[in-house]
Amino acid sequence: MMGLDRDRLIELVQVVVRNPLRAFLSALGVGWGLFMIIITVGAARGLENGVKADMGNDVANSMFAWTMSTSIPYKGYQRGRGLELDIDDVKWLEANTQHLDLVCPEIQLGGWQGTNNVIHGKQSGAFDVSGAIARYQEVKPMNITSGRFLNQADLDAERKVCVIGSRVQDILFEFGENPLGETVQIQGVLFRVVGVYTPKGNDEDAQNEAESIYIPFTTFGKAFNTRDRVGWLSMLIKDGVDAEEAEEATKQLIKSRLSVHPDDPRAIGCWSMAEEFQKAELLFSGMRLISLLFGSLALLAGVIGITNIMLISIKERTKELGIRRSLGATPVRILRQIIGETLFLTLLAGLCGLVLGVGLLEAVDGYLEGGGDAGVFRHPEIDFGTVLTVLCILLGMAIFAGILPAIRALAIKPVEALRAEG
Amino acid sequence: MLNLRGIEKAYPLAGGTLPVLKGIDLTIQQGEMVAIMGSSGSGKSTLLNVLGLLDGFDSGGYDLDGVDMSGLSEKQAARYRSQFPGFVFQSFKLIAFKKGGENEALPLFYQKVPRRERQKRAMEMLGKMGMDDRADHLPSELSGGQKQRVAIARALITEPRVILADEPTGALDSSTSHEVMSVLREVNGSGITVIIVTHEADIAAKCDRTIRLHDGVIIEDGRSGEVVEPTANGAGSTD
Repeated sequence: MMGLDRDRLIELVQVVVRNPLRAFLSALGVGWGLFMIIITVGAARGLENGVKADMGNDVANSMFAWTMSTSIPYKGYQRGRGLELDIDDVKWLEANTQHLDLVCPEIQLGGWQGTNNVIHGKQSGAFDVSGAIARYQEVKPMNITSGRFLNQADLDAERKVCVIGSRVQDILFEFGENPLGETVQIQGVLFRVVGVYTPKGNDEDAQNEAESIYIPFTTFGKAFNTRDRVGWLSMLIKDGVDAEEAEEATKQLIKSRLSVHPDDPRAIGCWSMAEEFQKAELLFSGMRLISLLFGSLALLAGVIGITNIMLISIKERTKELGIRRSLGATPVRILRQIIGETLFLTLLAGLCGLVLGVGLLEAVDGYLEGGGDAGVFRHPEIDFGTVLTVLCILLGMAIFAGILPAIRALAIKPVEALRAEG
Repeated sequence: MLNLRGIEKAYPLAGGTLPVLKGIDLTIQQGEMVAIMGSSGSGKSTLLNVLGLLDGFDSGGYDLDGVDMSGLSEKQAARYRSQFPGFVFQSFKLIAFKKGGENEALPLFYQKVPRRERQKRAMEMLGKMGMDDRADHLPSELSGGQKQRVAIARALITEPRVILADEPTGALDSSTSHEVMSVLREVNGSGITVIIVTHEADIAAKCDRTIRLHDGVIIEDGRSGEVVEPTANGAGSTD
């Protein structure tokens, strides 16, 4: 019914351009509405991209667990018992879990975020020093800028080697000095630098990571007399496993291993990146939906404006419609013409809004790519699916907008229309 | 052949109806040139609208070349309007934003005639009207006579069987009126029925037959020279 050939297109253009100011003003509302949708959805995506990039220091399915003290007496143990994990617990957990792909023991000198004086030559600084295993990078991805990360041979041979963050290099080494092969002193023990890394992401956590030093977990136990003690566990949840379920199951496994009451709420601490990601995803989905909703409302206001203009236009064009009817235009042709005019105007305005919106997003993206500072905002963009959704909404609204004027036009009898002035 | 039998038509008014046509019986043969005269409110324009299927009627019968036209849907009426009659109006009824040629070709657009064919036929018809140099002019750039020529060309472009003209010279000076009537006479000469609603006796005199209406009733129907002059009570008034 709504097929568009050259003749109809010429008819539509003639009707629209005969009153260009009115066409422009009525189209402005729709164009603005669509522009707002594109900008708000694109900005929400930019924010999402920025936040996710900052979260890039952690893997989406990573989870961390640590022990505290019990709050419920159990199996003859008093409440308030301090809990500790060791390497055997890690091996047992790995063997018994159905939810985890990887369990990495980790320990930090001085406890969680405990900084330690590290010396190289005449330079010194306070940094985090952690014991880790070779697969640790799978949980905490990092960019190795020179050298390598710890490997299994380092762990097996309990080598005194370390991998340092980029800020550690900046502070302990002269500009241009190659740290690889150099030694740093940690609590009086010398470690040879085998690699330098920069953390992924830009958030505060990433800044801390840049000021960290990793040494083999086995060496850590020997050098700092922690033996097999594990500070906390860094883990990867299996693909497709719900983060909340994995967290609860892992806590229960650890509790059973350490003879902790299953309902003890305090004994085992756990933090799941996956859960944070899910929360963030939910938040951003909500933002996208709200952007789309409010943008659509702005669009609706524009479309109502077009309906109003079309209704006024129908009244003014009563004589013209009467002439068309007298010359053989069937009601369907009139209906098609009025809806076609509304669609044409609405879609034209919508496409202008779309092009301007996408153009602005591209310009902002170009500015940010060129080094512009926008804080937590990266790659504002709009995906094709959203554009299609918006166009479908626009099309639906345009048809809706055209129906009322078309019905009004059809209600005009040819003979009455011919009597009309104008 | 147009055949009306006992056509009645009333317009609804607040608190009642206003009868406009009261049992019109009329037959017009193909190729006739007929003037319909009558005072204002006599029902002559309504009769023309009924003949052209622009308006319906309440009772009676209307046959067009033997086909019953009563009870047509709006879609069917539109189809007939696009093929059977050509309309010429007093105030030309050209679409202001369309050029002369486009206005003229509009009936063909509704007959779904291809664009190229429409343009060709429009130019031919304008040529016959001596208006081929005005095809690209907007109505506002044409004189009254030129507009009416375009309107006549538009009425003729579908090769109709009848031209229905409502006061075709009403907005023109006497010289231009004469030209327009010459054109309509020529059209009639080619076998097309021409029915003209007019107030003007000299226009009616150029037709073969004159029908005079008064208060929704045909009071005279005869050869143009034989129809009586207006009377004091308004019957037969031509003003």
